[in-house]
Amino acid sequence: MQEKKLIYDGTFDGFLSAVFYVFEHKLNAVSIVNEFVVQNGLFSEDIIITTENEKANRVWTGLKSKLSSTGSFQLYYTFLSEQAGVENILLDYMRYAFSKSDKKIDKDFSHPSVLKIAQTAKMVGREKHRMEAFVRFRLTKDDIYFASIEPDFNVLPLISKHFERRYADQKWMIYDIKRHYGLFYDLEKVEIINMDFPQLFDFTKTDSDYFAKQEFEFQRLWKDYFKSTNIESRKNTKLHIRHVPKRYWKYLSEKQPD
Amino acid sequence: MSFERTQEKLKILADAAKYDVSCSSSGSNRANKNKGLGDSTGMGICHSYTEDGRCVSLLKILLTNYCIFDCAYCVTRKSNDIKRAAFKVQEVVDLTINFYRRNYIEGLFLSSGIFKSADYTMECLVAVAKKLRLEENFNGYIHLKSIPGASDELMREAGLYADRLSVNIEIPTEAGLKKLAPDKNRADFIKPMVKVKNEIIQYKAEKKLIKSTPKYAPAGQSTQMIIGASGENDFQIMQTSNYFYKSFNLKRVYYSGYVPISYDDRLPKIGSEVPMLRENRLYQTDWLMRFYGFDVSEILNAKHQNLDLDIDPKLSWALRNLHEFPVDVNTADKRMLARIPGLGMKSVYKIINARRFRRLNWDHLKKIGIALNRAQYFMICDSNQFERRDLSAEKIKGLILQNSTSKYTKTLSNQMSLFG
Ligand code: SF4
Repeated sequence: MQEKKLIYDGTFDGFLSAVFYVFEHKLNAVSIVNEFVVQNGLFSEDIIITTENEKANRVWTGLKSKLSSTGSFQLYYTFLSEQAGVENILLDYMRYAFSKSDKKIDKDFSHPSVLKIAQTAKMVGREKHRMEAFVRFRLTKDDIYFASIEPDFNVLPLISKHFERRYADQKWMIYDIKRHYGLFYDLEKVEIINMDFPQLFDFTKTDSDYFAKQEFEFQRLWKDYFKSTNIESRKNTKLHIRHVPKRYWKYLSEKQPD
Repeated sequence: MSFERTQEKLKILADAAKYDVSCSSSGSNRANKNKGLGDSTGMGICHSYTEDGRCVSLLKILLTNYCIFDCAYCVTRKSNDIKRAAFKVQEVVDLTINFYRRNYIEGLFLSSGIFKSADYTMECLVAVAKKLRLEENFNGYIHLKSIPGASDELMREAGLYADRLSVNIEIPTEAGLKKLAPDKNRADFIKPMVKVKNEIIQYKAEKKLIKSTPKYAPAGQSTQMIIGASGENDFQIMQTSNYFYKSFNLKRVYYSGYVPISYDDRLPKIGSEVPMLRENRLYQTDWLMRFYGFDVSEILNAKHQNLDLDIDPKLSWALRNLHEFPVDVNTADKRMLARIPGLGMKSVYKIINARRFRRLNWDHLKKIGIALNRAQYFMICDSNQFERRDLSAEKIKGLILQNSTSKYTKTLSNQMSLFG
């Protein structure tokens, strides 16, 4: 039998709509593919899935009744990992969940998809925490606290709540420069935005054309603080790099050369 | 604020505060209110790490490093010839708010040298916290140092604004304290601790009756001991620690390897090694006490007064108690699983969860991510392959050490060479 390839629009609702399709048509030989990564399939039949919130919600509600809360958030986290082929592991996991009556299948680590999803969700969770920790806001001339990030996984949807709760009295923006979208909080609500940056805009530099004057002072003070808090006789570079992998350094003001 | 002045002060007063190792910002439950700034309901985040690998989560500074005392082990001591500075209340408030807004920190950890009197100093610390809470509507984390000897009224007020309070007892025994800080006495440290403990108990009781009871130090209190400055052995240190946990409901006791800062001949010489490995072993013991169900006397007692440096305290306990092993992972209770060397609490829960579905063999254990290189000598599972040789404790220790390159091996060999 020819394999069917379901192509969806890359959103979580789109993915769940595809899952709906799988169950509706009782498909077995099937793979679900994001339209941005799809390759011409010579040996498969392509089906374009339209995203339908209602169907997506039905799948999600069904899943939630079958999974523990950890299970459902691990599912969502894993989806956001955007890893190649992750949709099919998720599908396998859902099938397993629907076939069991025990809500705790998320703890059955000897099942390969369960293990994979637990591991992937953990990686995404770690990236989420890193972003919550390593985001560095810089105050712009128009009074917006601005930060840019390039996370390994698509974690903006996961960190939104955290920043909204914490920075309720300042305007802020966190922009994912890899995925070209950001979150903007205008003192009322968080919105998803797209922005055009000037052509040669260097996200790692604090340029006085865009940033407020006191921004430079506070970066300086923070850097000084970071230096003074170190205890030379306890230096342990290996441990340091394990905590703050080098790829994150470019966004940390305390790590910039003087 | 004048940038240069603040910059200068920050350098001096952050430098003086760095020897306090506590940087925890967790355990509070202060939510953002009225669309103010900050929130301390989460786990507490490390926003950066120092080059020695310690978490940076709070702006940790002294209000001033002027001090009327002369404790030998402290850089801030009166007789030390160093630059002195003092922040104004508003300066600390501005720094905290501006660092917080940029997501550099979870909040403020404010300590101080004692100037004029204990009460006067405590009053200033409280003033900073009060201003942050009431004028800036700041809901980030605040840790204040309780100044030994401060009055009950001030300690009560401090707890209304701070999330955590701490008094560092620093020297584990009274005899040591007498030697190194003759003008201080244990009672002055204990007094604010008792007050805070009682306030917390009272708060919890009132809270049950009246929902709106103002919060009192929701993240509790902690203390710190300096390790290796005054000749105590590990048994004495952990006994003191245990006593403080039990008597004052402390959240944490911190152990801080003494960093030599003085030529005073009552103390280790400048240039001598910071006992980091020993410090680590003490933390491990502390964890075994708090989370693994060990009683301190099982690990340290009159017969074993010092922790082994070459192996961790749990392995050391297991080797002394081989008659308790092997443990069958498919049937053992949580308490015994937690005692298997090499298994952390996470692994214990993984095993308990996974064995609900099937009897576990070595393969299952590996798949769910259990590290077996130590544990294998102490357990059996659903397999007829297990360690059959009747190995002696010495032999097991040898096999384990052979197969593990401890991250501390280097430090260890340095420290060992001192006796070589
Ligand atoms: S009272 Fe505190 S700050 Fe002053 S010398 Fe003693 S330990 Fe240091």
